[in-house]
Parts: sequence; structure tokens; C-alpha cells
Amino acid sequence: MNTLTSMPSGILDASLQQSETKRFAAYDWFTQLRQQGWKNFEALPLPKRDDEKWRFSDTRSLSLADFAVAATPSDADTAKLIAQSHFIARPAGLIIHIDGHCVLRPAIAPELAAQGVKFESLEDALRHHPALLKEFLLKHEANLGGAKFLALHQAWLRAGYVLHVPKGVEITQPFVSVNWTLTEGAAIFPHALVVAGDHAKVSIHEFNLSALPDQRALAISAADLHAGTGAQISRFAVQAWGKNTQSFEIANTCGGRDALITSVNAALGSRRARLENTVRIEGPGADVRLYGISVANGEQEFDQRTLQIHSAGKAKSDLLFKNVLLNKARTIFSGLIKVAPDAQQTDAYQTNRNLLLSPEAEADSLPGLEIEANDVKCSHGATTGQVNPEELFYLLARGIPLAVAQELLAEGFLEEVLSKVDNEEAAAVVREMFRQKFHTA
Amino acid sequence: MPDSLVIKNLNASIGDRAILKDFSLTVPKGEVHAIMGPNGTGKSTLAKVLAGHPDYTVQSGEAFIDGEQIIGQEPDAIARAGLFLAFQYPSEIPGVTIANFIRAALVARQAKGTPFDAKAYYAELYAKMDALKMDRKFTARFVNEGFSGGEKKRCEILQLMMLKPKYAVLDETDSGLDIDALRIVSEGVNRLRGPDMGFLVITHYQRLLEYIVPDRVHIMYDGRIVHSGDKDLALELEAKGYDWVKKDLASA
Ligand SMILES: Nc1ncnc2c1ncn2[C@@H]1O[C@H](COP(=O)(O)OP(=O)(O)OP(=O)(O)O)[C@@H](O)[C@H]1O
Ligand SMILES: [Mg+2]
Repeated sequence: MNTLTSMPSGILDASLQQSETKRFAAYDWFTQLRQQGWKNFEALPLPKRDDEKWRFSDTRSLSLADFAVAATPSDADTAKLIAQSHFIARPAGLIIHIDGHCVLRPAIAPELAAQGVKFESLEDALRHHPALLKEFLLKHEANLGGAKFLALHQAWLRAGYVLHVPKGVEITQPFVSVNWTLTEGAAIFPHALVVAGDHAKVSIHEFNLSALPDQRALAISAADLHAGTGAQISRFAVQAWGKNTQSFEIANTCGGRDALITSVNAALGSRRARLENTVRIEGPGADVRLYGISVANGEQEFDQRTLQIHSAGKAKSDLLFKNVLLNKARTIFSGLIKVAPDAQQTDAYQTNRNLLLSPEAEADSLPGLEIEANDVKCSHGATTGQVNPEELFYLLARGIPLAVAQELLAEGFLEEVLSKVDNEEAAAVVREMFRQKFHTA
Repeated sequence: MPDSLVIKNLNASIGDRAILKDFSLTVPKGEVHAIMGPNGTGKSTLAKVLAGHPDYTVQSGEAFIDGEQIIGQEPDAIARAGLFLAFQYPSEIPGVTIANFIRAALVARQAKGTPFDAKAYYAELYAKMDALKMDRKFTARFVNEGFSGGEKKRCEILQLMMLKPKYAVLDETDSGLDIDALRIVSEGVNRLRGPDMGFLVITHYQRLLEYIVPDRVHIMYDGRIVHSGDKDLALELEAKGYDWVKKDLASA
């Protein structure tokens, strides 16, 4: 199945990292990439409490100790989890990883293959399309605070998928990538690389889950999205790891001239989850929409850091992050819009809305603007509050009990973002996941 | 009176402002009573106090539906006990579809653990929507969001028809309705009329009472009922306006 299986190994052990890297000896550039990752990781400190880019997050509980790369899963586990991975009926392609091992390689329709569409595991793509990887893989630094985590991702890079839709090819049906963690203490480093050529159109859905709800795990994911001239990328990423997972995702979203990118992040799982997303508007006329929704309960911490960089003018970026908080949960939203001096006629918006369903929950919001051009429309706003009392009374007056009424209002609050998902089947799956989460709160 | 909506000497205020002043009224089950009265007399306040709205303070008085005290109960408990309020200004509920909303209200009335019969639910919902000449597509729309004034009122009556309360308070359900809608909504109400339901219809217009012919008409002024009569009272009011009520009171 996998050509490169690993024995259990501690992710902080240099010799283990090196011995795994040796298996890629045939790909010199990739070996160097991993080695560089390790060097960077060793050189960088863990974030500290006074680090501005980690403001409000619980840096004290950050720990990378006692996690290991897990061995290939058993056939029985593999079969069981594959059976649970069919979130939409007819994806354009489906790839499944368990503990960072690709257990289902995608089969795509011959007519897509004939048009040059590629959807492969990262390891397969390394063999088949090195030039594509060299051009697009990990081309940007993590500039939102997660550099050390991205370095570790790079050092252990092996899992993930590559999706390339060449110039002019339009595919409406989503591709799907499913990542599972299975082993206690497993560390995974999945990568998502999506390249849409000029005027191509592609949709990708990612589901990230744990086989066992209580299992301890570490997931450090990274995503590179590149939309060429007039290209359209739609991405729906669902973070539903188990409740003892620490997860980090560092995403780079690059939009060329007239590109249209829609990205929806849904967060449900993890003990702590950090999302860093940098949007780079590189061509005029680009339109990038970044949406996030979450329901945080218990003592979960969802930490969201975004940066919208407008390097080209006459382009648009829109951001909306909505969080629902229960119990003692905490969310942090920190967003910055940067407009370069010559990026005139930029439209850039950023909104964070937090719904507090518990007096012990805490939502922090740090919106920001850095505008160097003079002819722009930019705004940012943040609100944190409870449910609207008149809306609540309306539901109560129909006999709906308080807890159910609050849940309905919270689901309604999330709907504004869920309705942006390009596939109703996937939206329904996640809507149900949120509903389940309310019921287990 | 067990089979009635009984309101006894109700005093209620908002902030430090008294609005209901020793308000008393009895609506026997099976009857339709209308309340008319000038703007700001406290008609909507009465409706919301009965429904348990938290903004109002009840100083004293009681209200019973079929013998069950509702003053002091939580709004959802009052609704489940059998009181329905069709709001003068229904709230918009973003992101919650009409289908899910009414479903949740019905589920709340079922015994715990009873499975919900979704098929029967939709059949009934569609039938009632057809009767109200509402497009079935409305089930997927968010409650009242972007609805026209008349659509909101129809949606209130749809909920009334689905929830089948013991008593319904309709607060200016006729305002904002065009002539056809007024007839359709009135027909809906008339179809619900019967020995098992009582109505309190708040309105400014005699026209509604031509469609929904009341058993009794009450005039409310300054927080209480000052005059009661049969359906002809509404006609008299239409002809004379409220000045004579006020003069009556001044001379009394
Ligand atoms: N939330 C509030 N805050 C302050 N005053 C209020 C509030 N709600 C009602 N009132 C006041 O209470 C009085 C009674 O209002 P209410 O809405 O009950 O009148 P109404 O009889 O329904 O009038 P209308 O015919 O215009 O609907 C009014 O003077 C109104 O301004
Ligand atoms: Mg009123």
C-alpha cells in the first residue's frame, strides 16, 4: 500500500527525523526541504505568553512532547475508517489518510485524467509531478506566529494530497480529502496543495477527524492554495479532531488576476485549535472570501489568525468569522488587512461575530487595518454578545424550551456561513455535526 | 371558571410606568372576543404580559387558562399550557427555517422520547400553507426574514394553525394585510373556531370583525376595559371614534 511506512518514532528525535528523510534520497530537493524544516524548527523558540502573535492564547499548555509518527494502520481499522469516510455521495475524487498514511488513493474519472487533472497523494505526486511541487509547495513563510509549527510540518512532510486542475478545466463536483487520527499519541503533518490553472474551476472538501473521541493527538497541517488568472477555487475544511487533539493549520491562499477563491473553515474538535490563514491578493480583480465558523465548548480554545494582503489593486477580499461559545470555551480572532501603497481601489472587509451562550466563555477579538493606499474601501468590525432577547422570546412564546431555543438561534447564527458552502450535501453533514455537538455539550 | 381565559385585576408596568391598571376580562372557550382601543392604551402590553415577556413587571393580579395560573410561569411553559400570541411585530430569526422552527415547537409539545412523524408533519404543514395561499417554498425560508408585512402575519396564522392552542391572542393580525390576505387569514381563523378554542382579537378596524364576527367587543382605554358590548359596538366605534369613550370616562 504505502511505499514509505514508518515505525513509531518521537517527533522531537533528530535521528528519527533524519532516518525517515533518508527514504526520500531519490528526491534531493525534497530531502533538503525536510532538512531545512528541521533546522528551522530547532532554531525557533516555542511561542511565549508575551508574544504579540499569540496574544490571548494559552501558550503555557503548548506541548510537542510525547507525540510520535504512527505505524501504518491495520487492515481492519483501515476498512472500518474508509467505510466512515463517505461524506458526499459522488465526489470527483476521494483520498483518505489514517495517521498520516495514505490508505485510499484517489481514482478519478478517465475524462478528468484525460484533461490533465491530477489528484494524488503527496508521495505519489513527488514521484510523478516534482516540477509542480517545486513550484508551489511551501513557498511562503508562516508570518502569523506559527513558524515553528510550520517548520516541524516541513521536517516531517510526507502525508497529504496534491490537486491540480489545468488551464480552462472546470469541475463542479468537489474533490474530498479525509484525514483520520487513530493511534494514541499520533502526530500527523498533512499537507494540502491545490493549484488551479488559468480559468480553471475546482472545489475541495477536507474532513479531519479522530477515530476515537478521547485519543491524544497532534495535527500540524498546512495548505497552499494557488488560483491562476480567472481561476476559481472553493475550499471547505472541517476540523473535527477528537477532544484531546492539539491542532494547527497554516494556510496560504494566493489569488491571481480575476481569481475567485472561497474558503470556509468549520471548527468543532480539538482541545486547542489554531488556524492561521494568509490571503495574498496578487492580481487585480481577484476576489477572495474567507469564512470561518465554530462551536467551542468545554474548555476548548479556538485561535484564529488571519492576514489579508492586498498587493494588487482593484481587488476584493471579504472575511467573516463566527464563533459560538459554550461552557468555559475561549475563542480568539485576530485579523489584519494590509493594503500595499499601489493597491488602489481595494475593497477589503473583515468581520468577527461571537455568540456567547455561557457567562464563563470568553471571546477575544483583535481586528486591524494597515492601509497604505489612499483610494480604498476597507472596514473591520467585531461584535460579541448573547442571543437577541426578542428573538429568544419569539421562540419561547412558541413553547420551545430555553436550551432548544438557544441552540436553534446558534445554528441560525452559523447558517450565514454554512450557506456559503458550495455543496449542500457537505453542508448538511457539518450542520448535523454542529447539532450533535450542542447535544453533547 | 375552568373553561375560560380569565384575567383578574392585572396590574403591570414597564420600567416605572404603569400600563395595565386593574385589567380584568374573561374569554370563555369557544368564543371570540375583540379588543379595540386607541394607540398606546396597553393592548400589546396585555398580550405580552400574558405570554410571559420578561420586560414587564406584574405588580398584582392573576391570569388563568382553564384554571391554570400562567402569571409567573416561563414563556415557553405558558405557550405549552395552551396560549398562543400572534405578534403585532413578529421577530425575524436569521438562519432558522420555518420548517425547523415549527417542528421544534411541535416536538416541545410531544412526550419525551416520542418519535417525530416528519412525513405527517410536512403533509399537514403543506396543507395549511396551501389553505393560507403561502408558497410551499416558504418552509425553507428563514423565519420572517425579508418577509413583507402581510407575509409575516400569514406566517403567524400558519403557526397558530399548526400549534392549535387553547387560546389565541391575535395582536393586530389584520394590519399590513391586503384585502385578499385579510379574507384568507380570517377564513383560517374561522376554521379554527369551535368549542375547543378561545380567541382574543386585538384590532383597530371594524373590517376584520366583518370576517371574524366576535361574540363580544371590548373597548380598552388607559390600561383597562372601559366598555363592552356585542359586535355592534365595533360599528358604533367606527362611527363615533374614541372621543365619546374618553368623554364618558371624564363625566363618570
Ligand atoms: N419597552 C417599552 N419601553 C417603554 N415604553 C413602552 C414599552 N413597551 C410599551 N411601552 C409603552 O406602553 C404603552 C402601551 O403600549 P402598547 O404597545 O401596549 O400599546 P397598544 O395599545 O398596543 O398600542 P397600538 O395600538 O399602537 O399597538 C405605550 O405608551 C408604549 O409607549
Ligand atoms: Mg399594539
